[in-house]
Amino acid sequence: MSIGTVPMKFKVSVDSEQCMACARCVENCSYGVFRMEDGVVRVSSRHCVACHRCLAMCPRDAISIESRPIDYRDHPLWTTGVKEAIFNQARTGKIIVGAMGNALPYPVIFDRLVLDACQVTNPSIDPLREPMELRTYIGKKPSHLDLRTKENGDVELMSTLVPNLKLETPIMIGHMSYGAISLNAQTSLAKAVSQIGTFMGTGEGGLHESLYPYQDNMIVQVASGRFGVNIDYLERGAAIEIKIGQGAKPGIGGHLPGEKVNKEVSVTRMIPEGSDAISPAPHHDIYSIEDLKQLVRSLKEATEWKKPVFVKIAAVHNSAAIAAGIARSSADAIVIDGFRGGTGAAPRVFRDHVGIPVEAAIASVDAKLRQQGIRNEVSVIASGGIRESADVAKIIALGADAVYIGTAALIALGCRVCGTCNRGVCAWGIATQRPDLVKRLDPEIGSNQVVNLIHGWTDELAELMGAAGINSIESLRGNRDRLRSYMLDEALMTVLDVKSVGA
Amino acid sequence: MCGIIGVIDRKRELMDGSSIKRALSKMDERGSGEGAGYVAYGVFPEFKNYYAIHVFFDNIHESKAAVDHLLSEWGIVVHDEEIPTSDHAKIRKIHTPWRYFFKPDATLMPRSTAPEEDIVAHIVMKVNTTMAGVLVFSSGKNIGVFKASGWPEDVAEFYKIHEYKGYIWLGHNRYPTNTPGWWGGAHPFNLLNWSVVHNGEITSYGTNRRYIESYGYHCTMFTDTEVVAYLVDLLVRKHGLSAEMAVKALAPPFWDEIDRMPEKARLLHTAIRLAYGPALMNGPFAIVVANEDSIVGFTDRIKLRPLVSGEYGNRLYISSEEAAIRTMEPDVENIMMPRAGSPIIGRLVV
Amino acid sequence: MNSIEIDAKELHYTPLNQQIRKAVREGAGKITVRNLMGQRFIADGLKGDVALDLHGVAGGDLGMFMSGPHITLYGNADHAPGNTMDAGSIVIHGSAGDAVAHSMRGGKIFVRDTIGYRGGIHMKQYLDKCPVLVLGDSARSFLGEYMAGGLILVLRQSPDSMDDERGIGSGIHGGEIFIRGKIGDDCLGVGTKKDFCTNEGITRIIPLIHEFAAKFGIDPDPLLKSEYTRISPASARPFANKYTWE
Repeated sequence: MSIGTVPMKFKVSVDSEQCMACARCVENCSYGVFRMEDGVVRVSSRHCVACHRCLAMCPRDAISIESRPIDYRDHPLWTTGVKEAIFNQARTGKIIVGAMGNALPYPVIFDRLVLDACQVTNPSIDPLREPMELRTYIGKKPSHLDLRTKENGDVELMSTLVPNLKLETPIMIGHMSYGAISLNAQTSLAKAVSQIGTFMGTGEGGLHESLYPYQDNMIVQVASGRFGVNIDYLERGAAIEIKIGQGAKPGIGGHLPGEKVNKEVSVTRMIPEGSDAISPAPHHDIYSIEDLKQLVRSLKEATEWKKPVFVKIAAVHNSAAIAAGIARSSADAIVIDGFRGGTGAAPRVFRDHVGIPVEAAIASVDAKLRQQGIRNEVSVIASGGIRESADVAKIIALGADAVYIGTAALIALGCRVCGTCNRGVCAWGIATQRPDLVKRLDPEIGSNQVVNLIHGWTDELAELMGAAGINSIESLRGNRDRLRSYMLDEALMTVLDVKSVGA
Repeated sequence: MCGIIGVIDRKRELMDGSSIKRALSKMDERGSGEGAGYVAYGVFPEFKNYYAIHVFFDNIHESKAAVDHLLSEWGIVVHDEEIPTSDHAKIRKIHTPWRYFFKPDATLMPRSTAPEEDIVAHIVMKVNTTMAGVLVFSSGKNIGVFKASGWPEDVAEFYKIHEYKGYIWLGHNRYPTNTPGWWGGAHPFNLLNWSVVHNGEITSYGTNRRYIESYGYHCTMFTDTEVVAYLVDLLVRKHGLSAEMAVKALAPPFWDEIDRMPEKARLLHTAIRLAYGPALMNGPFAIVVANEDSIVGFTDRIKLRPLVSGEYGNRLYISSEEAAIRTMEPDVENIMMPRAGSPIIGRLVV
Repeated sequence: MNSIEIDAKELHYTPLNQQIRKAVREGAGKITVRNLMGQRFIADGLKGDVALDLHGVAGGDLGMFMSGPHITLYGNADHAPGNTMDAGSIVIHGSAGDAVAHSMRGGKIFVRDTIGYRGGIHMKQYLDKCPVLVLGDSARSFLGEYMAGGLILVLRQSPDSMDDERGIGSGIHGGEIFIRGKIGDDCLGVGTKKDFCTNEGITRIIPLIHEFAAKFGIDPDPLLKSEYTRISPASARPFANKYTWE
């Protein structure tokens, strides 16, 4: 007995009263939903992924998209997703791959935490008029200073500072490689970060020549595949990040299919055109923590100790202890990527079931580093599921120095989180290498939107801090007294070290 | 809102406690009658080489033996006594205040560079975190803290502070929001030779507390002020910063100001902010900190709380209000308001 | 003129104000208060045409909500003299604390020496009411912050006294601040506009300079011959651009 077809995910309809048959939808849909027949727009709803490109481009609001017009019988256990995965695997016998972040409805810890504001006993500070400091330095800090007071009263600094990244806002953009996203997408992000005074990651795709003008605001990545890595690349970056793992797929490697490795991608990745770019699960020169230290120090030695070196791990059960080990490896910053982190492609079973939320991971990493008296010596960067300025404020209060955003920055470029990055035909020109699609994304416009987003968040963060009577970001960092839990369980409250609302 | 005052006689001439009592009660408008206290330096000349460990016992029969035992494990007590108090109609004596004069045995902490102080700090933290119904509230040499729940004049009379003579005095008139009525919540807060009085609220307390606790201090008094004493102890005693530099760490210049400094100063202040970011104190505050040879007054970076200083002869006065200083010394001169984040420092010159 | 004396020694502010009010009710034209020592709220909400000469240190909120009386203080004032004051005047022969003239909506304040932080914060004007704050020397940071109206004049008799103060006029959206001499751009707050004072501006401050000089017995000439910087709002809605609708 054949399984047959499954219900449509989306039903697309065109209001013929409104439609002027301009065919913009036909041109714009890269998934093949629309076609023009005898001057009338016809649809194949089954192809729709709800990327909304057609809606955005339709001049008459003639198109509507309905989710799941025909669904299965409701069942709390045998959900649509579960059933369709079974159908899929019954048919193919393969591992299911999907894109973007964790798609299961786990409770969001951020949404169970509320922030504080001042009333009477201390004044809230108006960030519009009074100084409000969001500047953040990422990198190694001295545990104490050696200061000498000279005869004439001048104080001399005897300690030396190692290079840090100077951020004008604690919001950076995480690593999304050229290959996974288009060059126009990377260029948009690069222009944005250099304009704002923050940083972005290159991902494991090398650094395209056209991005060299922005290299002072780019963090180059060294991952297990070492794609695009040579000494020139390392020297160009403002900092170097070793990627051990990724929140969307902890414990496994990556795979950029050969069809996405076009000529340009092949140049920056330094692999032959059309060849698969396979990143192994581990770095095969790192099988233990002391090996990580070797790589950190080797990168520092190669770049004459001028570049901060970050180490990124996926948030897993034992992140705190791992982070404590990383902190001792000469690394300058630790990136903790939570299980809601996005990706261009990940096995569904990993995306949805492996790893822990970034809120809990950051709280335990911060606590562990404090217990060991080394918290301020190393920076902690949170990523994976940072959706808005309130999340930034909350994760900093839980102990992060700064955040990486990924999906949010792509949404600012037009991404609708349709979750089909792996298809390579992104209609917004973001997760695709098809030249006709890529050119839809104008880096001037794109960068402006990303700048606007980060400005908006930064202003909101300043407002939140001001309301809490704090005028410098370091006084928010790890200040869990300014958070309360709203209906989190006691065990989680202990991990987060926050009290309940009302307490 | 709270009122604070401090005075130092730079030639170490002693002052009894009667004038600071009048000055502090001049600021009763700033308090609520639920906490007041004083600290005086130089008050135990006959025991000046011993740590004067002051303890509140909830119940002397239940707890004192354990404290005696702990002290005997770490050194010797040369004298101990109940702190003399008067029967006062307005003070409910909910604790028995006691003081020990204690000599730590330095050989018991062989790896420490300051074994006596480290032993005393350890004892303070141990008692305050593990022993129910006991609180060490003063632990310096030749220093006595006198605090309770009540108006400043009542607390002063209760402890008979006019009978003590010191060359430094700090006083605090409390308007509590956190722990009303608890004697331990009254100021000054003291650790070893550091004492702190504070007006305001430290909005960065959660950050500061977690930072200082990673260096082995334990905040036990449910209020933001004690963290100041520990931060100053860490920065000045353990890390060797001068008072001026410690204030620059606790209330640093803004980044835009640092950016405009000449290179050497810019580097220095950047280093201070990087190394001591978690020690930065935010929120409204005016603070006076004392140790055995100086007092330092400073406010938060945007001056959300008042602070006034004045001088007369060898004496430097720092207070929330000029009227309080004038009550102590009607002929005071050089009345001024320090700039936000800039310390006013009075040091012994003997 | 009916004039009376009050000895404020050891007197709480409530009975002190009661005595002042009683004297005003009974038609006193001049009230002299001696031995002030930090009493707050003096002439709080007081109405009428009466002169108060105060000797000593005035506590916080001197002349708060006051509407009409003329205070001369021989001594320093604590925080916020002229807080939300409506009409009348306060002349301080000395210095004053933070938030002088907070939300002041009318009348005049003259301070001979210096004031603390946030002087003139949120002063405002409406119809014929235009508050004025004149300082002989200087103010600390955030002078005229959030200012919505009125006039602040700083005569800056120690010329470099405000070089390191920040946030002058931050968020100003009405009124004007005149400061003798030059002010660095780093000292200005957001939403301000700085220019040299024009003749038109000078005509507004000349009478105030004369009034100040007369009150404190100084020669107005050097002040009149000086150049002034005028700080005014760049916009009546300085932060309108910050927001977008949901």
